[in-house]
Amino acid sequence: MPLDQSAKPNAFSKVGTRPLRPDGIDKVTGRARFGADMNAPGMLIGRVLRSPHAHARIRSIDASEAEALPGVKAVVTAADFPDRQDEFRDVLVNVMARDKALYDGHAVAAVAATSAGIARKALSLIKVDYEVLPHVIDVEAAMLPDAPILHDTMFTKGVEPTPTKPSNVAARLEFGRGDVAAGFAEADVVIEKTFRTEATHQGYIEPHACLASVGSDGQGELWVCTQGHFMVRDTCAALLGMDISKLRVTASEIGGGFGGKTTVFIEPVALALSRKAGRPVKLVMSRGEVFRASGPTASTSIRVKMGIRKDGRITAGEAELKYQGGAFPGSPVEMGAMSAFACYELENVHVVGYDVVTNRPKQAAYRAPGAPMSAFAVEGVVNDLAERIGMDPIDLRLKNAAKEGTRSAYGPTFGPIGLIETLKAVKSHPHYKKKLGPNQGRGVACGFWFNFGGQTCVSLNINIDGTVALAVGTPDIGGSRASMCLMAAEELGIPYDRVRAIIADTSSLGFNDVTDGSRVTFASGMATIKAARDAVQKLCARAAAIWGIPEDAVVWEEGAARPAGPNAGAFPPLTLREIAAMAPKTGGPIAGHCEFNAENAGPSFASHLVDVEVDPETGRTTVLRYLVAQDAGKAVHPAYVEGQFQGGAAQGVGWALNEEYIYGADGRLQNPGFLDYRIPVASDLPMIDTVIVEVPNPGHPYGVRGVGETSIVPPLAAVANAVSHATGIRFTELPMSPPRVLHAMDARRMAQAAE
Amino acid sequence: MAARHVRTTINGDAVEFVCEADEALLDVLRDRLALTGAKEGCGTGDCGACSVMLDDRLVCSCLVLGVEAEGRKIETIEGMARGGELHPLQRKFLEHAALQCGICTPGFLVAARALLERNPDPTETEVRFWLAGNLCRCTGYDKIVRAVMDAAAELREGRHAA
Repeated sequence: MPLDQSAKPNAFSKVGTRPLRPDGIDKVTGRARFGADMNAPGMLIGRVLRSPHAHARIRSIDASEAEALPGVKAVVTAADFPDRQDEFRDVLVNVMARDKALYDGHAVAAVAATSAGIARKALSLIKVDYEVLPHVIDVEAAMLPDAPILHDTMFTKGVEPTPTKPSNVAARLEFGRGDVAAGFAEADVVIEKTFRTEATHQGYIEPHACLASVGSDGQGELWVCTQGHFMVRDTCAALLGMDISKLRVTASEIGGGFGGKTTVFIEPVALALSRKAGRPVKLVMSRGEVFRASGPTASTSIRVKMGIRKDGRITAGEAELKYQGGAFPGSPVEMGAMSAFACYELENVHVVGYDVVTNRPKQAAYRAPGAPMSAFAVEGVVNDLAERIGMDPIDLRLKNAAKEGTRSAYGPTFGPIGLIETLKAVKSHPHYKKKLGPNQGRGVACGFWFNFGGQTCVSLNINIDGTVALAVGTPDIGGSRASMCLMAAEELGIPYDRVRAIIADTSSLGFNDVTDGSRVTFASGMATIKAARDAVQKLCARAAAIWGIPEDAVVWEEGAARPAGPNAGAFPPLTLREIAAMAPKTGGPIAGHCEFNAENAGPSFASHLVDVEVDPETGRTTVLRYLVAQDAGKAVHPAYVEGQFQGGAAQGVGWALNEEYIYGADGRLQNPGFLDYRIPVASDLPMIDTVIVEVPNPGHPYGVRGVGETSIVPPLAAVANAVSHATGIRFTELPMSPPRVLHAMDARRMAQAAE
Repeated sequence: MAARHVRTTINGDAVEFVCEADEALLDVLRDRLALTGAKEGCGTGDCGACSVMLDDRLVCSCLVLGVEAEGRKIETIEGMARGGELHPLQRKFLEHAALQCGICTPGFLVAARALLERNPDPTETEVRFWLAGNLCRCTGYDKIVRAVMDAAAELREGRHAA
């Protein structure tokens, strides 16, 4: 077999082009079927009753009146989900409250009825006897010694000796190297500041939705919008005590996720209702439920201290990060801590992190979870260091930038990475030379994300007519089927439109980790390439048998098997289509497979540049120009790579300027809707320029790095640096909403007037 | 509450349905008529994913009652392509990669067509403000705005040619 498994010529014929996506027609004509678009014969409608209290003991639940209402076919509560003490305990309690409701919106019961109206009526008939308890929302307040305690079994991990008193601090972590005290002593300028970010929501436009059907034989089907249907299957099977093999989960088209659909909320409830009612149950969250009861991101308080010499060399970095991740452990503080200083070559670094619980919904991943907040803090300080020593902020970053061979602040030594290239791309872009007017400011920031690989399985079948059916197991959240088809076509040497990719259900394909960690184009892409090479090997073997020559005397070039050289014999090439047509007579079906655990994901770095104008009368910030330069390793479908860059930037702008979870004194979420939780709209944004940097990742045959997440890491800081530049006031709290900015400007005007 | 009988026209076809008096047009379209192209993103008129035309007026179908369709004319995303031929907006959305997840796309297309019928030569700012009632969380709007501008240009050329 002459195929070199690692090397691939640099010249691509398909990869790097911009063909139309295979799911495109369905999505522009309304034919695509998303989570809520599926129905079943005999289907019931499910609805969930949710706690109106931030923290309350559930003394009793009386559902007898609801059960007696005509049209109600099932009611479930925590009693329908057996308790457990393993790794599924937190998700079990989050899916349905047991002894306590832990946040406003926590599910306490659910019904299935013959219509939505009857289901709604039934909810109003369920009597829950609550004993309201004191609650805590703020991360700093939750850490105080006299804070209301959520879990009396929670003793802070990572502290020696283990505390004997329960607290809301689930864990403390610490790492570092060098000597930060010596580093600060060496510095000419030291800046220390504390930053705060509010919780934001991923804001996918499609609410969580599923259709569950469990028969009396215990076999179940689930249609659901999710980033990981294998995860949904395994979690639901565990919570419901089902064999994994008896539950088949099909991933619908998914209307956005950004990390928020990497866990379960309503899916086990829908299955439990269906099992109890003996009929299919459709359960769809309202937008209010999405805000109150799915997984927003953490809110944070972060103290950063950095020192620098006059020559621009950073001498030390120190950070203390406090992240609240809602009512259960698992805030992304560890990744926030690890990524905080990843952009810089630092000899002396020390980081401490706290994972804190509060009476808020359990956080879920949100695009580079944990990193945008710590980058907001670190990049803000880096910006101020540049100002203090009078150095261009890009030059300062170039001087300290991590590069190949740098030992990262969190441990590993970087291979080839593209941070410097992104900085240079920004510096040489026309945007950086644009003149700024009055009340305008410019901000720069860098960002990093690890990227992941993970368990991946792909099946590639050669059809009798020479077309290819490609089955992948990672839900396509932003055009990945197009990328998979491109990579398969590249390997096989056939036109792009001869490959059709589908997302296979959990019974048709081996296990796949969820679509997260920017892993799909990298890991499913690598699995696709490996499966295609497996198929090519088999295609060559068939040709060898047809020609009567050894298998290793056949090569695959431009979509056809060819004799390896003159000594192999003179045979005209056999195309994929020809070999496929002969398959029934030469040994049967031809398919390629790959089951593996993808490793060596390449980190992706980005540099963002933004210009803003701040209205001194209203405090409103307008984004004038935005530029993203990011390392993609290799852009398989550049249009969708640009789309990831632009989408992440837009989400970051929203996080920086407007978006926040607002709680009342009663612990209830005050803005659970798109009117009051305002994500950027078309008139809020300018065009978003992009530069795709390509420093190949040696861990992928084509050099691919993940691109989905890094794009949200720099914007919080970039926008804050720009607003600070425009106003001359350092902003350390997000969002920089008009009232907050106006208040800061007014305070300064008052102070100036008083002088 | 007694169900109501409604006669209307959807995408040029005469349609009759029965619905509750308090049932939203969006629910009628999706749950009773199997027209699931319009999506519910919020149910409160904030996201535009359920946009349809009601007597040539762009509306959020989640804020219209099913009974209000009586004797009127409704156009949905399902009626936008002529048989197999895409509307130029649909084609340009694909060519510009103006969708990622695609959940907001039907609403954007219906709203953008309404714009171009009123204003065949919109500026970028006019496009952005007209589409400000349609939320997209994936794209940052850049490619959507480009697709609409490009479709407008093509439609203008077609008009001149004809």
